[in-house]
Amino acid sequence: MIYFDNVSKIYNDGRSAALQEVTFQVAPKEFVSIVGHSGAGKTTLLKMIIAEDKPTGGQVFYESLDVHQIPRAKLSHYRRKIGTVFQDFKLLPNKTAYENVAFAMEANGRTDEEISLNVPQALALVDLEDKIWNFPHELSGGEKQRVAIARAIVNQPDIIIADEPTGNLDPIATYEIVQILRKINELGTTVIMTTHNKGVIDEIERRVITMDGGRIVRDDSKGKYIL
Amino acid sequence: MITTAIRRIIRSGFIGFWRNAYVSLASIFTLTVALFVIGSTMFIDQLLTTSMTTLQAKVDINVYFVPEAPQEEIDRLYSAVKAMPEVEFVHYTSREDALTDYRSENQNNEIAMQALESLDDNPLGANLAIQATDPIHYEKISKFFEEQKGNESPQTPVIDKVSYLDNKDAIDTLSSIINAIEKASFVVMSVLLIAAVLITFNTIRLAIYTAREEISIMRLVGASNMFIRGPFMLQGTMYGLLAGLLAVISFYPIMLWLGPRTEEFFEFNLLTYYLENIFYIFFVLAGIGIVLGLVSSILAVARYLRT
Repeated sequence: MIYFDNVSKIYNDGRSAALQEVTFQVAPKEFVSIVGHSGAGKTTLLKMIIAEDKPTGGQVFYESLDVHQIPRAKLSHYRRKIGTVFQDFKLLPNKTAYENVAFAMEANGRTDEEISLNVPQALALVDLEDKIWNFPHELSGGEKQRVAIARAIVNQPDIIIADEPTGNLDPIATYEIVQILRKINELGTTVIMTTHNKGVIDEIERRVITMDGGRIVRDDSKGKYIL
Repeated sequence: MITTAIRRIIRSGFIGFWRNAYVSLASIFTLTVALFVIGSTMFIDQLLTTSMTTLQAKVDINVYFVPEAPQEEIDRLYSAVKAMPEVEFVHYTSREDALTDYRSENQNNEIAMQALESLDDNPLGANLAIQATDPIHYEKISKFFEEQKGNESPQTPVIDKVSYLDNKDAIDTLSSIINAIEKASFVVMSVLLIAAVLITFNTIRLAIYTAREEISIMRLVGASNMFIRGPFMLQGTMYGLLAGLLAVISFYPIMLWLGPRTEEFFEFNLLTYYLENIFYIFFVLAGIGIVLGLVSSILAVARYLRT
């Protein structure tokens, strides 16, 4: 459902290449982990999928749609099909957990009935029923990430993009987040996650793409963390 | 669908306004200062225009006739000047009226009264007070009387003197002073106005700068540009409206103090003007405030909606 065709990204200074001729595809319902050192090009790869950054060569397809040919006005429609989770959570600081999740649905033009039904469900799925009226600064890192995941899944996207979702979390919170992502994947959503946490990879036991210097150096269907 | 979006934008705008109370307050106060400057320009302009008009209304030409002037000559000049299109108003004072006026003006001045008693006849001549539709016409009216005077035979004079030339210098000086004040105040106010607009724009831009992270998150979640921009536009509008209200209110104590003083000096009571036009002033200031707030918000958010 995601197809990278010979994608390169070279930054303006002309020397540093974040991605070099990357070609791979992701099938529906897969759980793909992308590993690599800092600067290996993991985050750039994810930015290509959500059209936050443009490649300097090659194409990225979402099903049959060339992602970087989408006109700016239509971009918000495209992004609603993808749930995103980030290392720094990216919650709206002036909105409660409930409002943060509801915002994604409001932006999507869902009805009030759908919102009042689905938001508590999504927050229940990430075990946060008791903190729905708390603001982000009143939540722990793990709780914030769970709000972010609830927001990412509430519109029932086809795919979840998670950029270092456990990067800022302690081992227990990391374990919880990984379990939640696995649960979401088992419910039928494709998950693409970057990480450099060995324990997480070994725990998941699914496909692992290893990157180095902007290139894919390994692609194992039931991988371990090897670097 | 559209109404739901609008309802959500409005609710989100109000919540944002309230939860960022400190930032909102700072923007409102800055905008209030800007509107206060704009309001002051309006008042000063009104004051100068009105005092100019009052001053011009005071200007007139007085034509004094010699006491022996024949009544038919006076009547002829009276109707001639009255027929001129440039003339707004002519007031005729007969010899008897002039004497009565003189008496009442000088009733406490014994020397003047004694001097008057010692004369057999009424020493005062009749006169005409003429007001033109526009001050520029005085030159012409005065010339008309000068010509009439020149045509008289020296044995039977009619016109004693025409006062225009005496007043002219004083009038010209006053007009040029008022013009100079108007020009100077225009320059000063323009500078203040530009400063006020820039400060407002910058404050709102800073307020939105603090929200740039939020804007980028909203984009990632898939919010459309209008859905992101809407609440900020509403907040900008609210800043303008509230600042307009605050500016109008803050003028009240100043007018209360200034009113009687302007009454004394300019014969124009600013307090009365303020109270009579309070809704007009509010609409103008709030209108400018809303435009300023709205445009600043749109421009500030636009920076983060690009790419």
